[in-house]
Amino acid sequence: MNEALYPMAVIAVVAIVTWTLRAFPFMLFGNRPLPMAILYLGKVLPPAIMTVLVIYCLRDVSFSQLPYGVPEIVACAAVAALQIIRRNMYLSIIAGTICYMILIRIV
Amino acid sequence: MKEFRFAIKNTIPIFFTYLFIGIAFGILMSDAGYGVLLSTASAFFIFAGSMQLVMVPMMTSGASLFSLALMSFFINARHIFYGIGFIEKFRRMGWRYPYMVLTLTDETYSVLCSVRYDEGLDEDRAAFLIAITDHLYWVFGCFIGACAGRYLPFDMRGIEFSATAFFLVVVINQWRQYRSKLPFLTAAVCALGFYLLLGKDYFLIPTLVTCLVALVFLRKPIEQKEDHADE
Repeated sequence: MNEALYPMAVIAVVAIVTWTLRAFPFMLFGNRPLPMAILYLGKVLPPAIMTVLVIYCLRDVSFSQLPYGVPEIVACAAVAALQIIRRNMYLSIIAGTICYMILIRIV
Repeated sequence: MKEFRFAIKNTIPIFFTYLFIGIAFGILMSDAGYGVLLSTASAFFIFAGSMQLVMVPMMTSGASLFSLALMSFFINARHIFYGIGFIEKFRRMGWRYPYMVLTLTDETYSVLCSVRYDEGLDEDRAAFLIAITDHLYWVFGCFIGACAGRYLPFDMRGIEFSATAFFLVVVINQWRQYRSKLPFLTAAVCALGFYLLLGKDYFLIPTLVTCLVALVFLRKPIEQKEDHADE
């Protein structure tokens, strides 16, 4: 393929696949009223998906070799503790991230 | 403009994540010989972090469009599940509907899941502005990375943890909000089980599918608990 055209074609293909995936549930139900089962799933899937996303974010952590996931464990514990005690989202995220950035440099 | 201020306030954690990962993508693109325009166009049209990062080495090795499509499908298939909770809400949003659907990333999804709209706020407008600000952060990050990534004077390594921290905060808030803990436990058990079984590269989609099926079967006990919460 033409060298200038190839990256544009790649961007178009990746964008179209991604858009189709995002639009899939919307296309599936069109404008029909939603069945009760879907309303129920819409309510219970968010906590399940967010739980999976946290684990997904930590998938590259290796517990069997140095630093044994220590930066991730400590930083996550800090975020959780702050959020439970102080309930301030910004404080939890900023403190946790700074803690992580320091730990990956010293551990 | 109070909706705009509200959107900024609720997307600050995303700003840091997107800026950092966007810059990483921009640097990768310019190192591979692709210009600012292509980086920015990718950010604008694709708007999917992990796939964009995977796309660059595939492009330099001249991968076929078919293999790129297949890879996009597997990396982004999780997005199929995100729309389910927002069908009703987005439908009501009129001309903003297609934009909301196409820009539903992990991060925008998690903001929209967890946000508590203030009294007197136009909710649809606020949600739309949340989607737009996230999108702009991402385009901005990719643009900066492509233009000047190599010359940035500070070492931001590790700032991407802000996404993990944000997701964790959302889960903790949801844990308080939901009477039934079964959705969390089901997800954790499925994710850890498939992680051990299939490894870090393949566990995500089987986990999401199994969660969905398991939650359908657990509907009775979950709804009983949740309905009591409303009384």
